[in-house]
Amino acid sequence: MGDLQVKKIILGIISTVAPDADLSNIKGEVRLRDQFDMDSMDFLDIVMELRKRYKIEVPKEEYPQLATLDGCIEYLRPKLEAVAAI
Amino acid sequence: MGMHYDVVIIGAGMSGLAAGIRLAYFGKRVCIVEKHYVYGGLNSYYTLEGRDFDVGLHAVTNYVPPDVRNAPLPRLLRQLRLSREDFDLHPQRFSEVRFPGQRLRFTNDINVLAQEVAERFPQDADNFHRLLEVINQYEDTRSDHPYRSTRQILGDSLNDPLLIEMLLCPIMYYCSAEEHDVDFTQFVTVFKSIFCEGLARPRGGIRTIINALVEKYRSCGGELKMNCGVRCINVAGDRVTSLTLESYETLTAEVVFSSAGYFETMQLCSDVKGDPPPDEVGRVSFVESIVVLDELPANLGHEATIVFFNDAETFTYAVPTDRVDLRSGVICCPGNYEQHQNMPEGLFRLTWLANYDRWASLDEEEYAAAKDSCREKVAQRGAQYIPGFRDRIVYTDMFTPRTIRRFTGRLNGAVYGAPKKLRDGRTRLDNLFVCGTDQGFLGIIGAMLSGVTMANWHLLAKT
Ligand SMILES: Cc1cc2nc3c(=O)[nH]c(=O)nc-3n(C[C@H](O)[C@H](O)[C@H](O)COP(=O)(O)OP(=O)(O)OC[C@H]3O[C@@H](n4cnc5c(N)ncnc54)[C@H](O)[C@@H]3O)c2cc1C
Repeated sequence: MGDLQVKKIILGIISTVAPDADLSNIKGEVRLRDQFDMDSMDFLDIVMELRKRYKIEVPKEEYPQLATLDGCIEYLRPKLEAVAAI
Repeated sequence: MGMHYDVVIIGAGMSGLAAGIRLAYFGKRVCIVEKHYVYGGLNSYYTLEGRDFDVGLHAVTNYVPPDVRNAPLPRLLRQLRLSREDFDLHPQRFSEVRFPGQRLRFTNDINVLAQEVAERFPQDADNFHRLLEVINQYEDTRSDHPYRSTRQILGDSLNDPLLIEMLLCPIMYYCSAEEHDVDFTQFVTVFKSIFCEGLARPRGGIRTIINALVEKYRSCGGELKMNCGVRCINVAGDRVTSLTLESYETLTAEVVFSSAGYFETMQLCSDVKGDPPPDEVGRVSFVESIVVLDELPANLGHEATIVFFNDAETFTYAVPTDRVDLRSGVICCPGNYEQHQNMPEGLFRLTWLANYDRWASLDEEEYAAAKDSCREKVAQRGAQYIPGFRDRIVYTDMFTPRTIRRFTGRLNGAVYGAPKKLRDGRTRLDNLFVCGTDQGFLGIIGAMLSGVTMANWHLLAKT
């Protein structure tokens, strides 16, 4: 799965969780919480949308890996590929 | 055996619907069971003689402009996957607290109130700023603050007792299940929601919000059973095993949420015998009158959105010994919100503190007479604000603590539930949680936040 495809999936989730966030200039290495003024409830919702849409479970210890867009892409790609393969 | 669900929620009021949306959206099998045939609970709606009325709605609190993201209202909307447009909120013009010889005006800009305090209570201007600082820093959403008396804290912070009463009055009227005082955490939450954020109203009244909630809930696949009261919560050991409905149908669920009130819910439990402790059940209730006028109040010279008034030398927030306490109250004119000038008729709502027992003990004839006498008092009161008030009256509807008890099941018609709140929502039963009023987040927005928070804490953040 290409970076762009994974990115698109993640942006789709962020725009659901934070519909007023401007995603056009999203930076890969800056914490999502800081870029989009998200609180812990919003962040939890990213995890929950992943479960809802792709049945991907993210254990609490691994939440920090989702902190940035780049982190999300790296962490989620294999998981998304595994889901797509089923 | 009846249906099995992941979660059954008792009550289709604000908190039950909001909890239902979160749970159904994330794939839980949810069923809301509601005793009444309309949604909304304490903030429902009805139609009389062709006119649409809201049960409670004075003001939706927590209003912030569209560019503010980190505040309870936008947070709630995000959690419910709803947009601002869904609630169609329009801000107040201005409101007032009126006490003998003194008045404070406030708007949705806290600086207006600070300015008023500085002008009218100059010796407390700096103290008030310091108090605002304390309030802004206070983490009121944490669930572990011990009880602290607001009277004591305000007494330590401000000099003029009149200012203290004038700040307490709106807060108490909009949240306090406790008489004479209010827990400081509760005070801070409601102070922020009224003064720092602000008041607004959907043009379509509470129906706009309820319809948005119900539609969302259904679109997430949630089930809703109306006219479907819970008769008994069957308990074995530390768990709820099933629910028996009024129809004697049985439902089972992994988890039960109840928005019916803590003691009201306990009374439904199969292992509970006898009455709840009388000194712990809430008693604060109100009489609410809704007067329809042939002209909008603003066109008759009354432009304030809400007026919190007190005529007595000292302000008393307590259950009166008489049926109603006429000395203080709240007046709301829904037409005095922005963008509301197209309302077909003028509306003037008036709330007084009331005594449930004194209303409940009347027979039908006495009850009707008591309401008539109240109606007369409302007309007199209205004339203090609007000249020629009496001649403008087209229709008056009124409800009492008895009405509240009948339609929502709240013991004593206690609008704000029991004084002691269960901030974490837990009960003595492992799979029964309370949400809404008795969890401790109050009002329309508060109750919805309560439903969302309880769903997150007890189900979603876990699995
Ligand atoms: C006159 C009045 C004016 C108000 N004005 C405002 C205002 O201007 N602004 C504001 O923010 N708030 C206002 N409020 C407060 C606000 O309405 C409440 O805080 C909020 O609606 C509480 O919601 P809830 O979900 O906690 O409880 P409820 O609305 O009481 O919901 C509980 C539901 O459970 C149902 N139920 C009870 N027992 C059973 C059973 N055995 N089986 C099945 N269902 C059951 C009830 O019928 C009810 O629908 C007002 C309230 C009143 C009464």
